[in-house]
Amino acid sequence: MQLNRDDLLKAYRQMKTIRVFEERVHDEFATGDIPGFVHLYAGEEASAVGICLHLNDNDYIASTHRGHGHCIAKGCDVKGMMSEIFGRADGLCGGKGGSMHIADLSRGMMGANGIVGGGPPLVCGAALSAKTLGTGGVAIAFVGDGASNQGTTFEAMNLAKVWDLPAIFVVEDNGYAEATSSSWSVSGDAVKRAAGFDIPAQRVDGHDFFAVNEVAREAIERARSGGGPSVLHVKLNRYFGHFEGDAMTYRAPDETAKLRQEKDCLTLFRGRVSEAGLLEDAQFDEIDRDVDALIDEAVSGARAAPVPGAQDLLTDVYVSY
Amino acid sequence: MSEGIDAITMPKWGLAMTEGMVAEWHMSSGDRYSRGDEIADIETAKITNALEATKPGLMRRIVVEPDEMVPVGALLAVAAEESVSDEAIDAFVTEFQSNFVPPGTEESSGPVFEHATLSDGRSVRYLRQGTTGGATIVLVHGFGGDLNSWMFNQPALAEQFDVVALDLPGHGGSSKDVGAGDVAAMSQAVAEFLEAIGVRAAHFVGHSLGGACALHLALTSPARVASATLVCPAGLGPDINMEFVAGYIDARRPRQLRPVLELLFHEPGLVSRDMIDDVLKFKRLDGVPEALATIAGAAFAGGRQSHVMTEKLGGLTVPAQAIWGLSDHIVPAPDEAAEFDGLTVHRLEETGHSVHMEAPSKVNALITEFITAASG
Amino acid sequence: MAKKSMRQAINEALASEMRRDPRVVIMGEDISGGMGAPGEDDAWGGPLGVTKGLMPEFGRGRVLDTPITESAFVGAAAGAAASGLRPVAELMFVDFMGVCFDQIFNQAAKFRYMFGGKAVTPLVIRTMFGAGLRAASQHSQCLYPIFTHIPGLKVVIPSSAYEAKGLLIQAIRDDDPVIFFEHKAMYDDEAEVPDEAYTIPFGEANITREGDNVTVVAFGRMVQLANQVADKLAKDGIECTVIDPRTTSPLDEDTILEEVEATGRLVIVDEASPRCNMATDISALVAQRAFGALKAPIRMVTPPHTPVPFAGDLEDLYIPKPEQIEAAIREIAA
Repeated sequence: MQLNRDDLLKAYRQMKTIRVFEERVHDEFATGDIPGFVHLYAGEEASAVGICLHLNDNDYIASTHRGHGHCIAKGCDVKGMMSEIFGRADGLCGGKGGSMHIADLSRGMMGANGIVGGGPPLVCGAALSAKTLGTGGVAIAFVGDGASNQGTTFEAMNLAKVWDLPAIFVVEDNGYAEATSSSWSVSGDAVKRAAGFDIPAQRVDGHDFFAVNEVAREAIERARSGGGPSVLHVKLNRYFGHFEGDAMTYRAPDETAKLRQEKDCLTLFRGRVSEAGLLEDAQFDEIDRDVDALIDEAVSGARAAPVPGAQDLLTDVYVSY
Repeated sequence: MSEGIDAITMPKWGLAMTEGMVAEWHMSSGDRYSRGDEIADIETAKITNALEATKPGLMRRIVVEPDEMVPVGALLAVAAEESVSDEAIDAFVTEFQSNFVPPGTEESSGPVFEHATLSDGRSVRYLRQGTTGGATIVLVHGFGGDLNSWMFNQPALAEQFDVVALDLPGHGGSSKDVGAGDVAAMSQAVAEFLEAIGVRAAHFVGHSLGGACALHLALTSPARVASATLVCPAGLGPDINMEFVAGYIDARRPRQLRPVLELLFHEPGLVSRDMIDDVLKFKRLDGVPEALATIAGAAFAGGRQSHVMTEKLGGLTVPAQAIWGLSDHIVPAPDEAAEFDGLTVHRLEETGHSVHMEAPSKVNALITEFITAASG
Repeated sequence: MAKKSMRQAINEALASEMRRDPRVVIMGEDISGGMGAPGEDDAWGGPLGVTKGLMPEFGRGRVLDTPITESAFVGAAAGAAASGLRPVAELMFVDFMGVCFDQIFNQAAKFRYMFGGKAVTPLVIRTMFGAGLRAASQHSQCLYPIFTHIPGLKVVIPSSAYEAKGLLIQAIRDDDPVIFFEHKAMYDDEAEVPDEAYTIPFGEANITREGDNVTVVAFGRMVQLANQVADKLAKDGIECTVIDPRTTSPLDEDTILEEVEATGRLVIVDEASPRCNMATDISALVAQRAFGALKAPIRMVTPPHTPVPFAGDLEDLYIPKPEQIEAAIREIAA
């Protein structure tokens, strides 16, 4: 599939939205008004957007604790997300989930997940639904390099292969599981591990939207056409700590500054597209302005929104009880 | 076995019954009794009822003590005239016991339910027992009942007649689609059922809603109906106890259902826990709540019977009788003064809506005599 | 109505719901059996033959054998339930919850709440439990209190073949995750079971015996024991009410409280380990809400606080017995 101008505009808008959303959450968190744990996706945008650009509402994804980027790329409402992160009644989950549990099943977003390695088995189920019900959908599990070591991830890969499911496992390897380097914690690597399951796999530079988009296209087409599961090993970097408040003392002093300067997926994207003469600067600038305004609105909306009340405590546990 | 000696044995009430016990003897050795007298109360898992004498006799020996569980067919007591010696009775008992083989569980399932298919594909479960060549009787139960409601009647009538008991649509083991659910629709299903099993005409015995169906068919399809016995029938007045109908539909637990089922009897003690459980089990089947609600809405709309045929009785062309329990709490027995064209009404004391269960011997006798006369 | 074993009753429930709803699929280790092997198809139908015959009728697409990977397939069942199927997963022994519990209690149980009421997770996990088959410590436990503890799960423990069919059909039609406990020593137990589909609602206790002297609450196979004891004691003039709650979540608190208020005496028979089990839970309930009605201390009949032993004589000592139930009732019936 050749990307057309609309695709490029959409990709840039989504990546930019994720970036501004996360930078803003970082700032808002510092005010003390956002409760709980927040894990930011800034720096990794090309992965979520490069992959999800191929998906529609029939397709499912399961995300991680670092889930805001996947949510936005899969079409979750940005204002609803911001309200959820602030713990408001009008949040996407009514303030009952928070940053780590944002979900919108109507969009095929099965949830960020507080459990490292929680998602891959669920994705086998979504892929089974697609296969059994003949929806033509695929299901994608995003995991980090940390979850790539979890038994659930291996079990799910094995099951996906044994059941011949339209499932894709994306290992977003940002180099750190919490404060531990993947160079130490991961023995072997994701592509070699996939070979052990006889699952086709590719490694890709996660700063390069076009590279991610291309390997994802192959994997998703294979899944849609009954070719079974795939593994993608996406090498990328996060700009912030494991969670907000992480002083990142385990990283080199100038590491993130350098990454922002040399490996920013947004800058790379804009440069490539401008060079090829596909989009004008003015178009990028317009999107930048739109996104800034959207996130401003999302934050002011969330701050003004009511918090859930006592009447909400006991609801939504069961459909009926 | 021996001349002049009668074995009184554990009766078989309903297909499921394999054993029972004497709850209480109503007579002792030396008592003389008439036909219809209560010999003992028999308790089964499903129901406690009186064992009635089928002919007169002299009680000579009680064999089974109260509270002893014995299989169907086991010897309970021995009757004989004075002329028979005690030694002969001893010998009779010994011989009976040595020859007695309790029915195995497979054997006891004996007659099996059959299913007929109506033209619209609905299935009707039925049980056919009795004498081939005898006149055919069709037994039609009431709202919420099933063919087992005739457990005290069908085996007795089957000694002389060809007896078919069916489950109305929505009931027992029949399809739960009741269509419009009114008397006409239920009657139509009964007529189609008889066609499906190749019965052109039959003597109808209908209880309650089933009585209304029997009467409706007698009025609208007299060729199918050789005679009609209406047991506490619906269709002869507007009154219906909605406490029963609504309570039957709504009750989900034994404690809620017990008082509702007690309305069916003169003697509420007849309602056993197993009877309650059976009804609850029936009501849990897929489609049953909807079926019962449809019937209740169609046949008893606004708390009154929708299909009253009293005015049309003059047009009856087949012999018809009604048997009513005077303590009927569901469809109250008509006053002594009430006259129904072409319909003989028998009123039985100390019996309720399920008069055919509370006084089976009397009801069976009335049916037998009536059908014998009608068959002429 | 024919007599059927609990094995057959469960098989009928699965078959009837699979016929009724194409979204119902079943999965588990060897629920059909023989995948990839040179011998017979449908070789096992589950380790105890409960699902035998379903694969030939419904095909491999709806009767899914799995590798021995409980996390993957229990999680897959949860994910499938959240995305349009109505899966019934078989966790062969509940003792194996240890290798898949995250998928049950952190994922399936919490979807609805965490996602603000927008998720529907019609998942059933059938699982074997209970002692009596000399299966030792890792194949004999009664872990239903652990599941009962988790908001978002429903927990069902049938006490007979009849109850099993109606409760399982209810479970499959239910829109919440349900853990369905099958006592492994009860598969051959027979009861009259209708051929047709029927449902027994959750949260409605069954009062199996009615009596004025002592209330006995029992679960699963213990209901049978309690009924036997109640029948025996009735001959001595001690009349017991026996309550089978059917589901521990939701729990029919009202029925338990009403009956305790009527008798003033309570014995709870629970095959689960004695700490934080259903017996302690119900004791706390009654102590809080019917304390004034109690005429005697509450008695619990449970196994000791040990793993389930292997040796036959030890296991027999371990499992609650009718004599213990009788003694407990007599002790407070006075």
